[in-house]
Amino acid sequence: MAETNSNGNSNSSLKIPEIKFTKLFINGEFVDSVSGKTFETIDPRNEEKIADIAEGDKDDVDLAVKAAREAFDHGPWPRMSGSERGRIIMKFVDLVEQNLEEIAALDAIDVGKVFSFGKSREAPFAASVLRYYAGAADKIHGTTLKLSNQLQGYTLYEPIGVVGHIIPWNFPSGMFLFKAGPALAAGCTMVVKPAEQSPLSALYLSHLAKLAGVPDGVINVVNGYGPTAGAAITSHMDIDCVSFTGSTEVGRLVMQAAATSNLKTVSLELGGKSPLIIFDDMDVDAAINLALMGGFANKGEYCVCSSRIFVQEGIYDEFVSKIAIYSKGLTAGDPFDPSTLHGPQADKAQYEKVLSYIEHGKQQGATLLTGGNPCGGKGYYVEPTIFTDVKDDMLIATDEIFGPVMCVFKFKTIEEAIARANSTQYGLAAGIATKDLNIANTVSRSIRAGIVWINCYLAFDADSPYGGYKLSGFGRDFGMEALYKYLQVKSVVTPVHNSPWL
Amino acid sequence: MAARRMSSLFSSSHASTLLRSIGNYSGRGTSITRLSTAAALEELITPPVKIEHTKLLINGQFVDAASGKTFPTLDPRTGQLIANVAEGDLEDVNRAVAAARKAFDEGPWPRMTAYERSKILLRFADLVEKHADEIAALEVWDNGKPYDQAATDEIPLFVRLFRYYAGWADKIHGLTIQADGPHHVQTLHEPIGVAGQIIPWNFPLLMYAWKVGPALACGNTIVLKTAEQTPLSALYVSKLFHEAGLPPGVLNIVSGYGPSAGAALASHMDVDKLAFTGSTSTGKIVLGLAAKSNLKPVTLELGGKSPFIVCEDANVDEAVDLAHAALFFNQGQCCCAGSRTFVHERVYDEFVEKAKARALNRVVGDPFKKGVEQGPQVDSEQFDKILKYIKSGVDSGATLETGGQRFGSNGYYIQPTVFSNVQDDMLIAKDEIFGPVQSILKFKDINEVIRRSNATPFGLAAGVFTQNLDTANTLTRALKAGTVWVNCFDVFDAAIPFGGYKMSGHGREKGIYSLNNYLQVKAVVTHLKNPAWL
Repeated sequence: MAETNSNGNSNSSLKIPEIKFTKLFINGEFVDSVSGKTFETIDPRNEEKIADIAEGDKDDVDLAVKAAREAFDHGPWPRMSGSERGRIIMKFVDLVEQNLEEIAALDAIDVGKVFSFGKSREAPFAASVLRYYAGAADKIHGTTLKLSNQLQGYTLYEPIGVVGHIIPWNFPSGMFLFKAGPALAAGCTMVVKPAEQSPLSALYLSHLAKLAGVPDGVINVVNGYGPTAGAAITSHMDIDCVSFTGSTEVGRLVMQAAATSNLKTVSLELGGKSPLIIFDDMDVDAAINLALMGGFANKGEYCVCSSRIFVQEGIYDEFVSKIAIYSKGLTAGDPFDPSTLHGPQADKAQYEKVLSYIEHGKQQGATLLTGGNPCGGKGYYVEPTIFTDVKDDMLIATDEIFGPVMCVFKFKTIEEAIARANSTQYGLAAGIATKDLNIANTVSRSIRAGIVWINCYLAFDADSPYGGYKLSGFGRDFGMEALYKYLQVKSVVTPVHNSPWL
Repeated sequence: MAARRMSSLFSSSHASTLLRSIGNYSGRGTSITRLSTAAALEELITPPVKIEHTKLLINGQFVDAASGKTFPTLDPRTGQLIANVAEGDLEDVNRAVAAARKAFDEGPWPRMTAYERSKILLRFADLVEKHADEIAALEVWDNGKPYDQAATDEIPLFVRLFRYYAGWADKIHGLTIQADGPHHVQTLHEPIGVAGQIIPWNFPLLMYAWKVGPALACGNTIVLKTAEQTPLSALYVSKLFHEAGLPPGVLNIVSGYGPSAGAALASHMDVDKLAFTGSTSTGKIVLGLAAKSNLKPVTLELGGKSPFIVCEDANVDEAVDLAHAALFFNQGQCCCAGSRTFVHERVYDEFVEKAKARALNRVVGDPFKKGVEQGPQVDSEQFDKILKYIKSGVDSGATLETGGQRFGSNGYYIQPTVFSNVQDDMLIAKDEIFGPVQSILKFKDINEVIRRSNATPFGLAAGVFTQNLDTANTLTRALKAGTVWVNCFDVFDAAIPFGGYKMSGHGREKGIYSLNNYLQVKAVVTHLKNPAWL
């Protein structure tokens, strides 16, 4: 791997962006936290501090909610036409597109994301999702109703109010825009808590939103930790809806807090242990490409990571011998280096967790096919790691590792593959690799997961809703479905007299 | 050519100052001194725009007509020539359809992602916004509508429509469908192919947007025939469309006449869809040609004789203003004009008096002049037809409250005209006049006004003016019309569907409904083996 720099600022292949925003963003202003406290955000390449960030807690959340409440109850945002909101969101998209490099750089330095990929793929994709919702803001349709009396009625889809978004660190800028986009289009106001690992791009994006003309108080950003700032959001009596992406464990806390406070609506996009099922008729090289992408993209820090690869017995041996070789082509290194395909894990806790799972795998008797070690002297780098001979009940086969650790299983029949793929508490995503139409259709209906990719993986699209079954959560991001999370349905009914039709 | 000669004497800086001052004017005409005829004509303003595009636009190129023929497009303020425009006929339509066919069957347009298409539509909207002043000037010069109306209402709405449809391009959803047995069913909403579109002269740009926007958002290619009275603005904006990245052949513009170019398009065997806006009599011909050729589906948006109903509880001053606007907007050249003003007997006398006063106060003159509310009718044919209808109203015994004459001695101006005591069987109460002629009719009760409102072969729109919820609901459901405006009129948001009942046409334009006009629905049914659920 490329040498990791002792100081990213001086030796990196790209100039690290100036960190312009480190405070909380409340009511259109960057402000210190009420307590005056700060926390450090760390560069995962070298474990050094990037900046001190204002640390918000309950008092700051209260201020942010107050601003969002005011902006919703009395401000212009829900009162302007959907088309006007769409125009402002469109300007926001333009500013995002003009600053892709800076956005990608902030995410790269904050959580080790590969810069070239962020700039060329992730950030443009996030912009395209935002543009999708700009075009959706004037297409929120209720229905007129067919009532069984001398009545007429219709439904109004109203913005739900103040939304709390709690977003994770694996796609900091993407998640911010995926959550804010539909809520903005719906006419909601919001308080966003970015992950403590990755506050930088959220602050920068909220600054761009302000430049685009999003009114003050519509977007508020409170940096901080889950147990303080996050908990204050989920239990707040004046927040109408909370949207959370993160671990299943924290998802339960979010839902409990909603239940014990004001019964705010909740959507949860949580963990996964997603299967990729490769059938005998598949070209092995193509299957390996899917598996490497599904398993190791973004260092495995992906809720839809295909961490369980089921390979049919006819091609299993060839698959295993080739993937061991191909995975070595994933060059690890400084995410700012254009040749890098594999960056460091986001922080120390993740890094240590991943290594401990690898140790579990070894101890429980799985065969370490490749990888398995930290790499580089400094920073949170872990080699792309593949286990074979994994039993379905081993910890590495049941837990979400959230790192570059792939388990390869052998199976014989379709029925067996379906049963084993479904034998998980999660249900976020699945991949099917086959040329057989009947296999594709049977398996796609049988898998209990919110998104199924056939002969592709990570094929996210603005128009394609995505979310979980089972412990992977409920509610959907993307598509028009995500918009409806942020809308209340009101039925309006009134008598009608002498109507020539009913 | 006087106007064109004058344009060289008129510096561009003067022109832009003038345009800005016109654009800033937003008041209603009531506070403006009424212009005299002489003033309007002596001070004829030279349109601050050059005529750059007069040829046909086929396969991304401006080309002469195959015949080499041209026709004059005239300034309705004077009846004088603006420019000679290439006159397309059968051979040109064949060329345009061939280009559109190729662009659809082999070109990138339907094959690129919907998101890419939406970005081209958005770039086009930005370019139109950038060139709004010139486009508005062209529209006014060719059509005669007030500049203020074109610049502050119509061009922004045009831009808005394209942004709206851009937002649809990547949200065209079919369904997955439950089957009775082990089948997987989905519907694919595919572009229909080559769309033929024939648009009228009263709102050249808006009609262009209503037709072109949804067709392109859905991934179709187009041959569009403009009205012979108003060919200029479509050519200008279509050039911008290509600058925005529209591939050649996707949008072809053929200027020309109905019986030649229009008929060629309607009867073409390689056009998959036809959309027509115009008169009911021409709509019948268009539908017949589609039936006789390849059974292409047809959207028709035709004439109207829309009722505007003022109930007894109405605020009369507001009702007068709204009814006035509903009829006189765009010189009365609106298919949905509120051309039958039904007024409840309890407020009738007051209403008539105030409607007359409002019409007398209407500012008529050079449409380029600041503060002018009403310009000339579009051409001599319309002008003559309207004057004949006015004479018919007088002859049949309606009371001419005001107007009734030509306005001035040059161009196609007509005085704002109000008739009262109009009876249902009079020609002015039955026919679409398409001019500044308001007919006021008296009614007693709601059932009567429902019956009389519906006693027409048309069914395009209706206005209801009341504060009573039950009256509003009853009228809304009982009126046989594609749009009912309650306490408002002429609200034309991009998302609101528009179209007619009865002989006012088939189908709906704008809104989500317009997408259906340009999509084929394909049901895909696949047998399932061992489905986990049905």
